[in-house]
Amino acid sequence: MKNKKLRNNILTLILIALVILYLSWLQANSSEHSYAIAILERSAVYAVVAVAMNLLTGFTGLFSLGQAGFMLLGAYTYAILMVPEASRATVYRMFQGNHWITFSLADVFGTAGASAALGMVIALILGGLVAALFAWLIGLPVLRLKSDYLAIATLGFAEIIRAFFQWDTLGPLTNGANVLNGFPYFSSVMSFWLVAGACIAIIVLLLRSTYGRAFRAVRDDEVAAEAMGISLAKHKMISFVTSSFFAGVGGGLLAMYQCMAQASNFKSSMTYEILLIVVIGGIGSITGSVLASFLFTACNEWWLRFLDDESLGVPLFRGGFRKVVFAVIIMLIVLFYRKGIMGDRELDLGAIGRFFRTLPSRLRARSRGKEAR
Amino acid sequence: MPVSVLAQHFLTGISLGGAYALIAIGYTMVYGILRLINFAHGDIFMMAGYFTIFSMAVFPWFVSIPITILATVALGVLVERVAYRPLRKAPRMSVMISAIGVSYLLENLATYLFTAIPKNYPEIPFLKKIFQFGSVSASLVTLITPVLTIILVFLLMQLINHTKMGMAMRAVSKDMETAQIMGIKVDSTISMTFVIGCTLAAIGSILYFTDRMTVYPYSGSLPGLKCFVAAVLGGIGSIPGAVVGGFIIGLCETALVAAGYSTFSDAFTFILLIIILLFRPTGLFGEKATEKV
Repeated sequence: MKNKKLRNNILTLILIALVILYLSWLQANSSEHSYAIAILERSAVYAVVAVAMNLLTGFTGLFSLGQAGFMLLGAYTYAILMVPEASRATVYRMFQGNHWITFSLADVFGTAGASAALGMVIALILGGLVAALFAWLIGLPVLRLKSDYLAIATLGFAEIIRAFFQWDTLGPLTNGANVLNGFPYFSSVMSFWLVAGACIAIIVLLLRSTYGRAFRAVRDDEVAAEAMGISLAKHKMISFVTSSFFAGVGGGLLAMYQCMAQASNFKSSMTYEILLIVVIGGIGSITGSVLASFLFTACNEWWLRFLDDESLGVPLFRGGFRKVVFAVIIMLIVLFYRKGIMGDRELDLGAIGRFFRTLPSRLRARSRGKEAR
Repeated sequence: MPVSVLAQHFLTGISLGGAYALIAIGYTMVYGILRLINFAHGDIFMMAGYFTIFSMAVFPWFVSIPITILATVALGVLVERVAYRPLRKAPRMSVMISAIGVSYLLENLATYLFTAIPKNYPEIPFLKKIFQFGSVSASLVTLITPVLTIILVFLLMQLINHTKMGMAMRAVSKDMETAQIMGIKVDSTISMTFVIGCTLAAIGSILYFTDRMTVYPYSGSLPGLKCFVAAVLGGIGSIPGAVVGGFIIGLCETALVAAGYSTFSDAFTFILLIIILLFRPTGLFGEKATEKV
């Protein structure tokens, strides 16, 4: 048993090393693989947010649709803190370069090397903290609500946040409805995955702790969990705040990926996309969410691109067809494959090994079963 | 603010509220019977807008209005059949996710078929006729919307309280399994709910878009959410509640726009929602329901 665990750990480490090698190879040849890099960066962002949502929906049983709002908070915190003082005049030109915050993290930490990276990470964490603070405030009243009321209240919260960030009076801070840009961002796909990996690892550790077990107890049966001495309010709040923290970090990463932050991007359709990723990957499966965010992005941006290509001469192929096909696939998954790719299991190398090792015997058993019938 | 300006805003608000009320009824009926937030309802409302555009291009208005209603009802019933009926025994969250999936599909389908560029909504000539009362002017649609809403709601209440179909609906919304044991055809009752909801959404879309003048693939999502809030505000499951909620939200929204806070006209609806959920979760007219273990 112990041996097996050790082997699994070693295999996982080897896999991680291979991924790092692949990413650095991509980075080294970035000019030829810009498409793959863009997709990998985007899926890293989605992976963080999807795993955070899964923590809430899949492991605590709280159905919240406020993801886009928390991402917006993270993205704006990052952007506001990181626009260098020198570029404020151009970025905030609608507000005469006025700014309520008198320092910029980008200036404090410089623009190159390790200290710049440290500054970016600090700004990301601050973005997460702002999102977590708002989550705590909104969670106090809202977490008492039951399933679909919670969903609609958090969705409403996201809309409220979006309206506030477009308000002209807050302009010297948020630049009104205009774009915030000109801030430094990660230049390599590796950094995105390092941050994403760290976030996901923290969530996994949380889920393996006593808190994680308490979350699952709350999900499975609130009354029974309460009878076992688990404080519902406390654990729901911890899960909600943690999930929002990582949604905020994910929002900061999204701002980096897009090189800009604008409130009008964080519509409820963004929440829906993340929810669909979670569903495709399997509600309650971390590896499923990571896998699904890659598949979702790759299908959306790359593999199904040919469907939009009118020049192929195939009838129906024209701009927008990809999204329709994609939405149909999602509906099929939702209707007929409700567990998603992974269900509530986790992908580990041992499981893959077992799958392939037992495949011949299972196939034989199946064909024998057919003959018997 | 002079009285005439106030009256003008009031008329606009009442008219907007009437359209909201008609859509909110669809939400409240579906929620009452299936316990499902039908996220696709707003998009069905948007599709109704496109149906009018295309039927008006060929037919005169008195033919294209029935066509719009029929097409919308067909779409709504199809959605229920394909996306909700297979999940009747599934957990509520799955059905809600399916509804979100349908909404995503309809928005993308509309973008593919009709492009994302806003399309001009055809003018139904008699609805656009302007009436002048002193210094207050209003088109017929503004005047007709609240009246039509009240008439339709009255008819609907008669249907629900005094017909066999209505009795079946009330029974299914109280307890689906017992209703089935009593010989009520649950599936067709639920379909009927969608037929009514979509008919009202189609009428609502004609009234709403005649004022707005353009339709684009996402023009249903925000009004849809607002109308759901209207339904919650009035007490989910209660039809008079949905109507009152629709009017309240329409009036408040117009008041905010008139006061110069148009940025917050959408957000306000949701602030109202959170307030109402905190202090009176059952809404203004909702029944108190206790959850059993």
